[in-house]
Amino acid sequence: MFGLVAKILLLGLVAALAVWAAFPLIEAHAWVGLAVEAAVSALVFYAYLTPRRLPLKYLLPGTLFLVAFQVVPVFLTMSTAFSNFGDGHRGTKQDAITAIQTASVVEVPGSPEYALKVVTKGDNAIAFLLTDPAGKQFLGDAQGLKPVAGVPDGYTPLNLGEAGARSQEITKLAVPTAGGAIRSSGISRAYEGRAQRTYQAGCDCVVEAGTGHRWTAHDGSFVDAAGQRLPQGWRINVGLRNFTQVATDSRIARPFFRTLAWNLVFAVASVLTTFALGMLCALALHTDRLRGRTLYRMLLVLPYAMPSFAMLLVWRDMFNADFGLINRLFGLSVDWLGTPWSARLAVILVQLWLGYPYMFLVTTGALQAIPRQMTEAAQIDGATPWQAFRRVTLPLLLVALAPLLISSFAFNFNNFNAIYLTTEGGPFPADDPTAGATDLLITYTYRLAFGAAGARYGFAAAVSIYIFAIVALISAISFRRTRRQEEVYA
Amino acid sequence: MTGWFARIGWRHLVGVLAVLFSLFPIVFVVAAALNPLGTLSSTDAVPTAFTIDNFANLFARTAFGHWYANSILIAGVASVVAVFLSMLAAFAFSRMRFAGRRVGLLSLLLIQMFPQFLAVVAIYLMFARIGDYWPGLSFSSPWGLILLYLGGALGVNTWMMKGFLDTVPRELDESASVDGASHVQVFFQIVLPLVRPILAITALLVFIGTVNEFLLANVFLYEPNSKTLAVGLYGLIAEGVSRDQNFGMFCAGSLLTAVPTVVVFRFLQRFIVSGLTAGAVKG
Repeated sequence: MFGLVAKILLLGLVAALAVWAAFPLIEAHAWVGLAVEAAVSALVFYAYLTPRRLPLKYLLPGTLFLVAFQVVPVFLTMSTAFSNFGDGHRGTKQDAITAIQTASVVEVPGSPEYALKVVTKGDNAIAFLLTDPAGKQFLGDAQGLKPVAGVPDGYTPLNLGEAGARSQEITKLAVPTAGGAIRSSGISRAYEGRAQRTYQAGCDCVVEAGTGHRWTAHDGSFVDAAGQRLPQGWRINVGLRNFTQVATDSRIARPFFRTLAWNLVFAVASVLTTFALGMLCALALHTDRLRGRTLYRMLLVLPYAMPSFAMLLVWRDMFNADFGLINRLFGLSVDWLGTPWSARLAVILVQLWLGYPYMFLVTTGALQAIPRQMTEAAQIDGATPWQAFRRVTLPLLLVALAPLLISSFAFNFNNFNAIYLTTEGGPFPADDPTAGATDLLITYTYRLAFGAAGARYGFAAAVSIYIFAIVALISAISFRRTRRQEEVYA
Repeated sequence: MTGWFARIGWRHLVGVLAVLFSLFPIVFVVAAALNPLGTLSSTDAVPTAFTIDNFANLFARTAFGHWYANSILIAGVASVVAVFLSMLAAFAFSRMRFAGRRVGLLSLLLIQMFPQFLAVVAIYLMFARIGDYWPGLSFSSPWGLILLYLGGALGVNTWMMKGFLDTVPRELDESASVDGASHVQVFFQIVLPLVRPILAITALLVFIGTVNEFLLANVFLYEPNSKTLAVGLYGLIAEGVSRDQNFGMFCAGSLLTAVPTVVVFRFLQRFIVSGLTAGAVKG
């Protein structure tokens, strides 16, 4: 009875959510989105109303989140990888032409003039209310001009103070017109300037008035004879170019493969050092005859309980060349994070500190699961402690911990925080600000996509796919060799 | 003497060295948090003075209270819901046999190999679109970020839980079924109470992971009051000058961030060793 009520309530909640989510989609005429939403809701109702399909009832909730926020982004990533999407290549070709023309507007003698009143809409975007000498009024925004009479509904004029505070926006706004654009000159006057650079469909190019300089449309940009391109481009499909660039363009290939090599070294070194130290500690504390064992254990795992993002930043500052603790303590003046190899050593050391308590915990657990008779038998057979460890304990530990070591490898391969919060990928070679000495592929990609040098989403997406492939391949091979694989068949 | 060292002494040596290694950055953080000058350059390896100014400044000059609340909210909701979703799936994988079970288990592992944030560009564009329709679920909102984190709910955790569930005798739930319990009752009344240790551990791991998550949160949360601890504290010492000056405040904030983790950690310690290795060893 209780179960039935709960079920009705939960399904009611789903229905309510579905209706709430549907309204904005209908309003925006997003029919595809609406169809997807309806299909998902129908699936949920089907799963929980049919008496059959028991596994589906348990798998559906998690799977829906998995598909929506993990599988779909992966596929979207794959699709942008085939385009030149990024800064300067966001919109359509028409958007780019409009942007080029309005950006090149200058006031020429005889330009039409308007009285200007700056108005703002509900969403806080500004627009121009323009009155021409004949007294006709227009409303202009980034989309263009439309005739109005007086201040239209939903708009409010800015007063002098408000206009002063937003003068940058006002200076930037250019209302596109047929031959150029209307820009402000102060806050009460505007002029219709003529575009110096105009698009001509005949040659599919942009021509600058006066000089006759021309930029021809090519590959998502307008390019002149000297190879200089205008900053405003548009989004096109580039096929596999983003992928092949990694192999063929030496300016990209060299940093990419150098980063990949270091990435592998970092992941392997992180796993091996943390495992070795964690195991050494676990073995040392694995005896009942040791006094203070609980205290040792408790203090030893403290790094695991500290917030790792904060401790990474603390380590970064301990390595600081000017006022870091390590230099002051040892009276050194080494720029730890400033030279490639010391920076690499530093990030591995930091990773060791952060990671070995975990390895200590899991190795302790695994050691407890190894029957004592096994090592005792080895001793009776005359094995030295080292031989007993090497031939009996270690293999058993590896069998038990291999899956965790592989997961740890996969995690460290993409350990964004470990690098971004300590070195930010640096130090960078003088001639290449895109890939630093400690960069992992993931931080390198992050900089490509969101970095200050201008976003290159398309190429970043292609690199992401390479990372997917590498991690999946290495993990698949390693898993094949572990017991974990067999369990699945059980 | 050499005999003693070979048997016990080296164990103390390793233990002491490891504890020193573990503790010295933490002691440094405490020293910085208690340092009256509050700068990096004036902080020594061990506390030499005592003040709570850094803690007071943290609340007075930054939105630390907001950050803390956001982190607890996001990590709390995300970890509880994620563990529940994961447990549901683990129950199906452990107790039921169905077409696609093997493929499902393996693809969970494979998808987990693609960390969610590799697709950060796509996620950004996706949520920009979501924000057009449902502004409450997009950037600078905790709910959008929670939804996103839940995308990673199924994965390694599901494997760990399945491994643990496999060690719980099936006879227990079968006998309940024979007595007339529905599968829902079996799940909530028989299985859930039995797997409490692994639920606690997984929730703790997800909680720690979420509090420490930086990349997605940094892209997502740009309004000052919407930030999490990771994003907010990072901002405190991000720039050149503030990096030295705000270091004491930053360390005070880090210590406060560790409080909930350490409390839960102490509370759950007896589960931790068995829970962490459950999937691997007992599986």
